[in-house]
Amino acid sequence: MSAQPKMLFEKIWDAHVVHEAPGEPALLYIDLHLVHEVTSPQAFDGLRLSGRTVRRPDLTVATMDHNVPTWDRKLPITDDVSRQQMETLARNCEEFGIPLYDLHSDKQGIVHVIGPELGLTQPGLTIVCGDSHTSTHGAFGALAFGIGTSEVEHVLATQCLQQAKPKTMEVRVDGRLGRGVTAKDVILAIIGRIGTAGGTGYVIEYTGEAIRSLSMEGRMTVCNMSIEAGARAGMVAPDDKTFAYLEGRPHAPQGKAFERAVDFWRTLPTDEGASYDRVEVFDAGEMAPHVTWGTNPGMVVPVTGRVPDPASFAEDADRRATKRALEYMGLKPGTAIEDIPIDRVFIGSCTNARIEDLRAAAAMIHGKKAHPSVYAMVVPGSMPVKFQAEAEGLHEIFKTAGFDWREAGCSMCLGMNPDILKPGERCASTSNRNFEGRQGKGGRTHLVSPQMAAAAAIAGHFVDIRKWEN
Amino acid sequence: MEPFIRHTGVVAPLDRVDVDTDQIIPKQFLKRIERTGFGQFAFFDWRYNEDGTPNPEFELNRPGYEGASVLVAGRNFGCGSSREHAPWALEDMGFRTIIAPSYADIFFNNCFKNGMLPVVLPEATVNEIMARAKERPGYQVTVDLEKQTVEDEEGLVAPFDVDPFRRHCLLNGLDDIGLTLQHADEIAHYEQKRSPLLPVTAG
Ligand code: SF4
Repeated sequence: MSAQPKMLFEKIWDAHVVHEAPGEPALLYIDLHLVHEVTSPQAFDGLRLSGRTVRRPDLTVATMDHNVPTWDRKLPITDDVSRQQMETLARNCEEFGIPLYDLHSDKQGIVHVIGPELGLTQPGLTIVCGDSHTSTHGAFGALAFGIGTSEVEHVLATQCLQQAKPKTMEVRVDGRLGRGVTAKDVILAIIGRIGTAGGTGYVIEYTGEAIRSLSMEGRMTVCNMSIEAGARAGMVAPDDKTFAYLEGRPHAPQGKAFERAVDFWRTLPTDEGASYDRVEVFDAGEMAPHVTWGTNPGMVVPVTGRVPDPASFAEDADRRATKRALEYMGLKPGTAIEDIPIDRVFIGSCTNARIEDLRAAAAMIHGKKAHPSVYAMVVPGSMPVKFQAEAEGLHEIFKTAGFDWREAGCSMCLGMNPDILKPGERCASTSNRNFEGRQGKGGRTHLVSPQMAAAAAIAGHFVDIRKWEN
Repeated sequence: MEPFIRHTGVVAPLDRVDVDTDQIIPKQFLKRIERTGFGQFAFFDWRYNEDGTPNPEFELNRPGYEGASVLVAGRNFGCGSSREHAPWALEDMGFRTIIAPSYADIFFNNCFKNGMLPVVLPEATVNEIMARAKERPGYQVTVDLEKQTVEDEEGLVAPFDVDPFRRHCLLNGLDDIGLTLQHADEIAHYEQKRSPLLPVTAG
C-alpha cells in the first residue's frame, strides 16, 4: 500500500501522464479512441492537410450510429448528405486502417453501447470519443469523456490529449431504491438537485449502496448522463459485477490473462481515507420515478409532482428560463405530471436501449395495447441488443402492443435520421436531452425511464408505475 | 491557428441562460463534412421563421447588431453536445469572442482550439454589458487578451482571468498537435512501458 490514499480517478490519471510541466495541461495517454461519422470527417481532413497519420489505429475503433436509418437496412439511404457522411467515414477508416462496424455489420450500434458490448471498455482505461456521452464508459471504472473535433484530430495524430486536471466530486446514493425507481430516476434526481452546471469542472464518482446495487446497464445509465450535470466524466468503481460483465466478451482478456487483469482491476477502487473536493449525498429511499417538464434535464420533478410556476423561482434568470420553457413545452403551471397526455414514445438511445432496458419496458406492457392516440417506437442500442431481444421474444411483446420495432442507432435521440417529432408533438423519451428541437423542431420531450415510457404509451399519459398493475 | 490578441467589436446580447449547442447549431446541419459554412445555420430555429425569413423577435436579428463580433450571453453557455460545429458556426457568423458568467466544459475547450476567446466575467458585469448592448445597439467593447480586460468607451474596465497556458497558445496562434509532438520521445517511451494486456481494437 502506498502511504497516500488515492481516488479511483487519481489512480487512472497518474498512470496515464506522459508529460507534465508546471503551468501546462498534462499530456495524457489515451487507451481507447471511439469514432463515429459526425464529429470525425474534419479531423481526418486535418490529418491529411498536415501530412500526419493515425498513430495507433489499433487503439481506435469506429461505428456508424448518429445518421443511420433504423428501418430496413437493405433499402438505399434516401438522405444524400447523411449517406455522404457515412461513406466518408468508411473511406477514412479504410485509408487509415481503423476497424469499422458499419451499417451492415451485425455488431453495429451506438458507439457507447458497442464499446462495453465488445469488451473494449475496461476498468482503468482512458477512453475518449467525439461525443459528450462518452461518460457512459465510466461505469466500468474507466476515465472516459467527450472531446471536440480538434481534439479528435489530436488523439488520432498523437494518441494523447492535453488535459487540465479536473476536481473530484463524490455523489453518494445511500439506501435502497424502491420498486419502480430506476437508474434513470437516480440520475435525474441528482441533476434536478445539483443542476445542469452543478458538475462543471468535476469528475464525479458515484458511490453508495444504491449505486453498488445497480447492474452494469444501470451504472451506464447513471454515468451516461453525468454530462447533463455538466461534469467532465462520471465513474463507478469496478467490482465483481463489472468483471462478470466483461468475462468472455470478444476484446476482454481471456483465461489466465483475464485473472491477471482482474487482480489489477481490484486495485483501482478509491482507497479508504482519500478525500474528494466535494461530496453530495442522496437518499435512495426518497427517490421516486422522475419526469422532466422543461427544456433541460435539470427541469425535472417526481411523477407525483406538478409543473412549477415561474413565479416560484427566486432568481430573475430562472423565472424567465422557466417561462420560456413552459411556453415551448405548451404546459401550464400547476398541471399534475400524471395529467399530461402524450403523442409519442421513444425507447432508445445510449442512455436506455440496452437489453435490460428493453426487458424492463416489455415487462410493463406484456399483453397490453398502446393507447390509440400514441405512436411508440423501440430502437435497440445495437444490433447485438436487437438479436438478443428477438431471441427472448421481446420484439413480439412490443409488436403485439402496437410498438414499432426498429434497427439499431441513435435515431430520435437527436433526430439526425428521418425519425423526428413533428412540431407540437409530445414525447415520453428514454433519451438524455430535452432541449428545444432536439427530437425535431417544435417537438416536446419529457425524459423518463424505459418503464415509465412504456407505461405512458399504454395509458396515453404519464403514470406512477409504482401503482401500475401488470 | 489565427492568434487572438485584442479585438474591438459590436456586442450582440443573447440574454438567455443554459444556451445549448443544439440551439447554436441544430443537428440537421451536422451532416456536412467541412469545417466552414455553418454560420448561416447558427441559432437556426430561433433565427428564422417557418418560411425561412428572419424572425424579427430573435434578439440578434434586431437592427443595430448586424456585423456584431462579440457575443454576450447568460450562464452555462454552450451546454450539451460536444459538437465543435458550435464554435465553428459562431465564428462563421462573425463572432471572435464570447462574454458570459460561465460555460459548459467541452464547448469552452473547443473555443480555444479555434482561436475564439470565451471570456468569463462576474454575473453583475455581464449583466451590465448586456444592458448597455440592449439599450444602445451598436455598443462596442474591446477584449484585450494581453491586458486581460474588457473595456468600453464609457469607462467600463473589467479584468478577467484566463488559464496562462491557453492565453499563451491563443496569443501566439500555436497548434496543439505541434506542441504535443515536441514530446514524441516521451510518448514512444510511454508506449513501450504499456501493459501488453491492454485491449486492442482489431481482430
Ligand atoms: S444515442 Fe443520443 S446521446 Fe447517445 S450518442 Fe447517439 S445521439 Fe448522442
